[in-house]
Amino acid sequence: MRLLRCGADAVLVELGSLTEVAAARALLAGLPDVVDLVPAARTVLVSFRPGSPSVAAVRPLLTSADLSVAPAVTGRPVVLPVVYDGPDLELVASTAGVGVDAVVALHSGAEYTVAFTGFAPGFGYLTGLPPELHQPRLGTPRTRVPVGSVAVAGEFTGVYPRASPGGWRLLGRLAAGAEPLFDPHRTPAALLAPGDTVRFEVTG
Amino acid sequence: MTVLAPGPSALVQDLGRPGYAHLGVPPSGALDVPSLRLANRLAGNAEGAAGIEVVLGGLVLRAEASCTVVVTGPSTPVLLAGRDVGSHAPVHLRAGDVVELGPPRAGLRSYLAVSGGLDVPPHLGSRSTDVLSGIGPDPLRAGDVLPLGTPVRPPTGEDAVAPPSPPDRLTVPVLLGPREDWFADPVAQLAAATWSVSPESNRVGLRLLGHPLVRADARAERELTSEAVVTGAVQVPANGRPVIFLADHPTTGGYPVIGVVPTGHLAALAQARPGTRVRLRPRA
Repeated sequence: MRLLRCGADAVLVELGSLTEVAAARALLAGLPDVVDLVPAARTVLVSFRPGSPSVAAVRPLLTSADLSVAPAVTGRPVVLPVVYDGPDLELVASTAGVGVDAVVALHSGAEYTVAFTGFAPGFGYLTGLPPELHQPRLGTPRTRVPVGSVAVAGEFTGVYPRASPGGWRLLGRLAAGAEPLFDPHRTPAALLAPGDTVRFEVTG
Repeated sequence: MTVLAPGPSALVQDLGRPGYAHLGVPPSGALDVPSLRLANRLAGNAEGAAGIEVVLGGLVLRAEASCTVVVTGPSTPVLLAGRDVGSHAPVHLRAGDVVELGPPRAGLRSYLAVSGGLDVPPHLGSRSTDVLSGIGPDPLRAGDVLPLGTPVRPPTGEDAVAPPSPPDRLTVPVLLGPREDWFADPVAQLAAATWSVSPESNRVGLRLLGHPLVRADARAERELTSEAVVTGAVQVPANGRPVIFLADHPTTGGYPVIGVVPTGHLAALAQARPGTRVRLRPRA
């Protein structure tokens, strides 16, 4: 673990694994004056109200803790209905050395956890992807990925909350009528928050 | 108020929506926070009431009810019936009066507060327009009607206010970290360089043109795993030319951040016109 300064009132904690990230995030959430707590793949950023003494409490808190144990899941369970008809389904199947049906079974059979968000409001990086589906990004990203696309890249799967450029491999799309991933008029605005568990349900 | 013309850019802004970075939502809010707070104080509002952030003037408003407006930021012409009544002081409008902002005499962004504040619907606790994610009200257009809140106290003209004069050369401190070790001799490189503000700059970031920052040999071809970034972060993309993240910045980034500009110096950056010379003074 390394602690890196981010201006006067924030610290970037660099960690060795997603488990450590989740453990550090849970501990830091208990400090007073937290403004933002932002996990990523190998880091957690914690920022405090200007001048807060909490910035000095980060090191003693984390060095005295065992970060090798993931915290108990405190998130909400979310089920997302998916139509598996994505343009990269056959590419993913051939890369994995299995059939298209097996890709659908693997992806919809796993339980995922929202490790962190980013890229766009409401985009969650989900861990728990079966190893066969760990695959690289496309060589050339698409200039436009449709809203609701369900995709994989590296150790993650995720759903595009709005149309945007993107290089993840597309397996399918959220079924019509599914809850939008992000709606600033809704409380909570983002359907997925770090710690939530997600399952994909085959539809249509 | 009715918008008769927005000028190059007129956006509703308050103090933003910090605290949602873990959902990918930028903080947004006025770029020159002290100027918005001052405009609101002079208009008799709470300091965080929603006003209008105007780039290079051109905003024309018609009052549909009697109200008071105050314009702050750099010294800015405020025209009422063709006469400049001045910025940094309350201007009383009757129903039907038309007020127009000229371009500021230096700097970039003027702030207009109205007694009662703009009462457009809040999104995630803020009325700010976020140009990166599209959260908040749309940029103002001719014909928009802006509802006003209820004034909490009468406007005060009592602060004796000398408008700030944005300089054409700017030096801002940078607290090194989190990723200064990705750069060869970061202190010397930062201290030696002078950049100029790119016309591509916007509310997402101030882009700097000039001598590229060089990475340490060991990091030359490395990629950083995406990580969270703060407002004021000096991110250095592959081309070596720094971008200083402003209020509508993405919440994560995949390029190393060499240092962070302290919050108190961001207002000066918000007023830096394209071409302004910028020096970054590294602090350990």
